[in-house]
Amino acid sequence: MGPIQAPGAYTGAANVIAVLILLIEFGMFRQALFRDQVRLYAAQSGLIAVLAALVAATRHLPELYALAALTIALKVVVIPVVMTRLAPAAEPADDLDTGAGADIAGTGGLSLATTVLIGIVAAAFGIFAARAVPVNSAAAPTTALAVSLSVVLVAFVLMIHRRDVASQAVGLFSLENGISLAALVVAASLPLILELALLFDLLLAVVVFALLIRLHHGRAETLSTAGLTSLRG
Amino acid sequence: MTAIALALLIAPALAGLAAVWLPSPASGPVTAAVGLASFCLVLGLIPTLARHDVRTLGFVSIDALSVVFLLATSFLYACVGLYSIGYLRTETHTRDHRYDRRFWIGLNLFAWSMLAAPLMGNLALLWIAIEVTTIVSALLVALEGTDGAAEAAWKYVLLASAGLAIALLGTIFAYYAGAHVLGQSYNLAFSPLLSAAPRLPATVVRLAFVLAVLGYGTKVGLFPVHTWLPDAHSQAPTPVSALLSGSLLAVSFYAILRFYQIAAARLGSTFPRDVLLAFGIGSLLLAALYMLDQRDYKRLLAYSSIEHMGILAIGVSFGAPVALAGVLLHVLAHAAAKGNAFMGAGVLMRKYGTKQIGSVSGGLSLLPWSGPLFMIAILALCALPPFGIFRSEFEIVSGGLSAAHDTVAAVFVVLVTVAFFGLSLTANRMLLSRPARAGDSGAVHDGPGRGEPSAWMVVPVVAGVVALLVLGLHPPGELTDLLARAVSSLRGQA
Repeated sequence: MGPIQAPGAYTGAANVIAVLILLIEFGMFRQALFRDQVRLYAAQSGLIAVLAALVAATRHLPELYALAALTIALKVVVIPVVMTRLAPAAEPADDLDTGAGADIAGTGGLSLATTVLIGIVAAAFGIFAARAVPVNSAAAPTTALAVSLSVVLVAFVLMIHRRDVASQAVGLFSLENGISLAALVVAASLPLILELALLFDLLLAVVVFALLIRLHHGRAETLSTAGLTSLRG
Repeated sequence: MTAIALALLIAPALAGLAAVWLPSPASGPVTAAVGLASFCLVLGLIPTLARHDVRTLGFVSIDALSVVFLLATSFLYACVGLYSIGYLRTETHTRDHRYDRRFWIGLNLFAWSMLAAPLMGNLALLWIAIEVTTIVSALLVALEGTDGAAEAAWKYVLLASAGLAIALLGTIFAYYAGAHVLGQSYNLAFSPLLSAAPRLPATVVRLAFVLAVLGYGTKVGLFPVHTWLPDAHSQAPTPVSALLSGSLLAVSFYAILRFYQIAAARLGSTFPRDVLLAFGIGSLLLAALYMLDQRDYKRLLAYSSIEHMGILAIGVSFGAPVALAGVLLHVLAHAAAKGNAFMGAGVLMRKYGTKQIGSVSGGLSLLPWSGPLFMIAILALCALPPFGIFRSEFEIVSGGLSAAHDTVAAVFVVLVTVAFFGLSLTANRMLLSRPARAGDSGAVHDGPGRGEPSAWMVVPVVAGVVALLVLGLHPPGELTDLLARAVSSLRGQA
């Protein structure tokens, strides 16, 4: 076994960004306030933009600068602003009704600590699973791919854990961030078409979420999914 | 040829835009006309594509396989366009022009996105088209504005988007595999990927295939990611349910078939077939058992869709040419039969004002046309001869036996029989029982009188029965050629 090589500046930076994105995903478990959760989502999207710019600079792919700019415009500014505007009912602080505060905290089936442990197991699974994939992308290191799979899995755990509509939506958006990360790692010289697919998807998703959240707000006066149980069998 | 493809891509979108400005009574005939025109255009594609391989124009690419799915979608588009005219006219309690306008805009855009998906010659564009179908159909599911519709639309959009995110991950891995061989400027076009398939890295292809089956499988309604499907199908406006079940599920299955082609070319057929078999048997088992105990007839039909999607997956897993031809025929026959069943269910809803099976009785004597037609649709769904599904399931089972999958074929027949009991017993209870008299607790909506709510809601169903009979008794030679060519491309002999 030879001496372990220290990673280069680019690889190191990419790995650090990927790990920060994963940590933010875990941070979302902790946040009980919807507003804070959206802030974390914005920060996570900002990191994606930084990584895109980094890949653009090291690999001379100017279209990725455009991607980074689009990511900042949409995921850091527009979507968080729209989400906070649309979902004031999800804010327990504004709501004196004691029921609303419990809504965002979780399904109630499992405690927060247990869910975080499940999230850690999911993240570990993602990292080990990525080992099986012989991806040696020149653009970004394998570690970042492993972490991106973990982000996707942890986002699923988060979506299962949350029981209000708005923060399930934030969970879905952060899942898309995990996929953006994977796209940057696996296919940095990705044709712009796939990146457009990502942003396009997100934009349309916001339209639908906005409509649905409105619909919910008008009907049920709460964003909790606890009332969404009439259809079964 | 290229003109037809462009017309299919443009006309439904224009009809959707026109519905924004047109008064809603005019949008109906426009939609029906565009639907019929699309169906005729696709019929015109059959002879050409039965003889030629892939035709490509920029990002548009058509081959025999895509025509099969275009045929199913355009047929239902035409039928549902006609049917919806009557469906909206008989809407009694909430006569709202905004509702009508949104309905027509949504219906046309939904059909447009489903016609666009099989025309895309690029895995990324295919993904976008299927994502657009989700967006449009989720809005249509929410259209009724009830609590149930909001709940169903929310589950649908959340689960389908999460599923499509997984499918996108699969697409990204497919890109990686392609770029490995075709170079960094590779743009995810399908034909070069398929011809380079034998040289792709095996593990990455395997990963991409499993992610694609799970991701697109969410929209197909395969077990265990089917949970949105019964809710959305039961809460959507009934014409939309017909499109959801007959063509949306099939179009998503088309995406799986594209990944299947690549995976089979690289990994051999064993691995992809095993994956599809597991999903297929699970779906068939779940659906057959749930169909035995349903109280809502639209949910019953939704579980029947899960059953039939399971049948498609099992048919592909058999792999024999006969079974694959059966699968493609099944796509067409299921579109006609399930479209008919949902359209019949819409008539029952208008007549009785309820979706509860227990509140519907005497359908056969109260509805002189729709009663027998609904019965025929149910019998066709149960794969009774002489309808198209009998032929397709017969081919699938004989393909399974010829490929030495005896056990699976036997399980298949048993589960399909269980589903037959579930569907036919319920239909008997609703149609053959004595009609409830006026003043009974289950009094009918229109009064107990005999009669159809609207002739518009009968004509397209008759067309569906004709299609089922043609497919079952004697499929035209050109259609058989088309299916044969699609089968050979699925078997990697294009």
